[in-house]
Amino acid sequence: MSDLRDLYQEVILDHNRRPRNFRKVEGANRTAEGHNPLCGDQLTLYLRVEGEVIRDIGFHGSGCAISKASASLMTDSVKGKTIAEAEALFEKVHAMLTTEHKAQADLDGLGKLAVLSGVWEFPARVKCASLAWHTLHAALQGAEQPVSTE
Amino acid sequence: MTTIPGSAAQRREIGHAPFDVWRIREDFPILKQKVHGKPLVYLDNAATTQKPQVVIDTLVRYYETINANVHRGIHALSEQATQEYEGARETVRRFLNAADAREIIFVRGTTEAINLVAQSYGRTFLTAGDEIVISAMEHHSNIVPWQMLCEQIGARLRVIPFDHRGELSLEEYEKLLTERTKFVSVVHVSNALGTINPVRQIVDLAHRRGIPVLVDGAQAVSHMAVDVQELGCDFYAFSSHKLCGPTGVGVLYGKAELLTRMPPYQGGGDMISVVTFEKTHYNTLPYKFEAGTPHIAGVIGLGAAITYVQSIGLDRIAAYERDLLAYATAALDAIPGLQIIGTARDKAAVLSFVLDCAHPHDIGTILDREGVAIRAGHHCAMPVMQRFGVPATARASFAFYNTPEEVDVLVRAIYKAIEVFA
Repeated sequence: MSDLRDLYQEVILDHNRRPRNFRKVEGANRTAEGHNPLCGDQLTLYLRVEGEVIRDIGFHGSGCAISKASASLMTDSVKGKTIAEAEALFEKVHAMLTTEHKAQADLDGLGKLAVLSGVWEFPARVKCASLAWHTLHAALQGAEQPVSTE
Repeated sequence: MTTIPGSAAQRREIGHAPFDVWRIREDFPILKQKVHGKPLVYLDNAATTQKPQVVIDTLVRYYETINANVHRGIHALSEQATQEYEGARETVRRFLNAADAREIIFVRGTTEAINLVAQSYGRTFLTAGDEIVISAMEHHSNIVPWQMLCEQIGARLRVIPFDHRGELSLEEYEKLLTERTKFVSVVHVSNALGTINPVRQIVDLAHRRGIPVLVDGAQAVSHMAVDVQELGCDFYAFSSHKLCGPTGVGVLYGKAELLTRMPPYQGGGDMISVVTFEKTHYNTLPYKFEAGTPHIAGVIGLGAAITYVQSIGLDRIAAYERDLLAYATAALDAIPGLQIIGTARDKAAVLSFVLDCAHPHDIGTILDREGVAIRAGHHCAMPVMQRFGVPATARASFAFYNTPEEVDVLVRAIYKAIEVFA
């Protein structure tokens, strides 16, 4: 049986208490809205993309600890990356959240994001953790409609 | 170390009430389950209630010995199925104290019942410029069908506000009733707040102006005795699964004089008397509104559920739950940083709450690990959340099989959540 501490790791609790990049980005040229209608999580992402590179990123919104920490960690990890790198990371995170990872190798390259690896054992919470990433994906794709995890 | 609020005297009082909750719990096989290695504490009864063995047995017995279609066979099984199906209708009639069994329509649930009235009554008797009054504490199922009707015919929705406690303002309600008002649809008991609305008064005020009233009783029927003639309402809707019965079945009560004037909601088998390609003659009440093969097993199961609940007695259930709610309210009130949302003076056993340190969804996950099942979210009542300025609440909702000891487990689990997030 999975332990609660697998889900609520110290890093997650810390990012929930003190979310990084919790701000509107000056001169943002990409924004996207994300909603998790079932639990009421709401998220707005602001990106300043120059050429192919995400120069700055920030977010606003309200949500549970998992969604807030995930958004905080996401912004930290994609800042300075190219769009292609960020999209590749999106794929890896998605796989981590939805499938069992038997070996450490599965988590290689995810860095700090690996603290979210316990989420897959809490199926009801996967959408909380993935909201920020789906919203990022939408912002990078230039989607007009708000993203919903439902 | 945490202490459990609530005095021993309070607990004794509940323990000594003439209500043997431990014997009643024996009737519900699921309550013996463990969840994550902990005994299940099921406090999500506003979402759906658990089923007693007698209801489960009724479903099995139906499929094992009676299964046949109703109202059409000349063989023994069909006659028996019809007899039991219509017997359940009579059980529901007595349960609601309706004047006539023809006033009991079986539908899929409260949602379908409301949609039926909105479409059949609404599209026939309402027109552009008319107004429909609902309350600000409606479940989405008593908002959206009326919004859809408004869009179709150009009518307008008006909303009765409620105060900081979660009590409807009857003064504001009266002001909303004008010559344009053509329908009122209100919830009997709020699923998100627990408020018991003064339905009798709401109906009287509308009837003085000749306006028909629908009452959404989804959260009411399992907590109190309901008498539709005493309430005077024109329509009353409820779901079987919130009353210890099977899912997929509900009831629409409607006054015969209104149902008779309303066109069918859906077309198909069973709801007709003669069909030719030129003209179809509709069946009489209640069959006019029951197109297609109904959920026969479910209806018979609902009948068994009602008989079961009545064997305990709804007045005794209401009294027991009142004590349990008082105990739980005191216990939760004593938790630092916890705020109860919905403090109406007349309340059913529903406790919505928020913690200043943890989001409802996180509370839900931590409680689940302790075996405690609650709901976290907007409870299909987003306008209620907006009114209180919260995105969501955690909600513990009780049934007559819950115990003060389970409230204690809930409180300990909430302290655990606080420990994680403080």
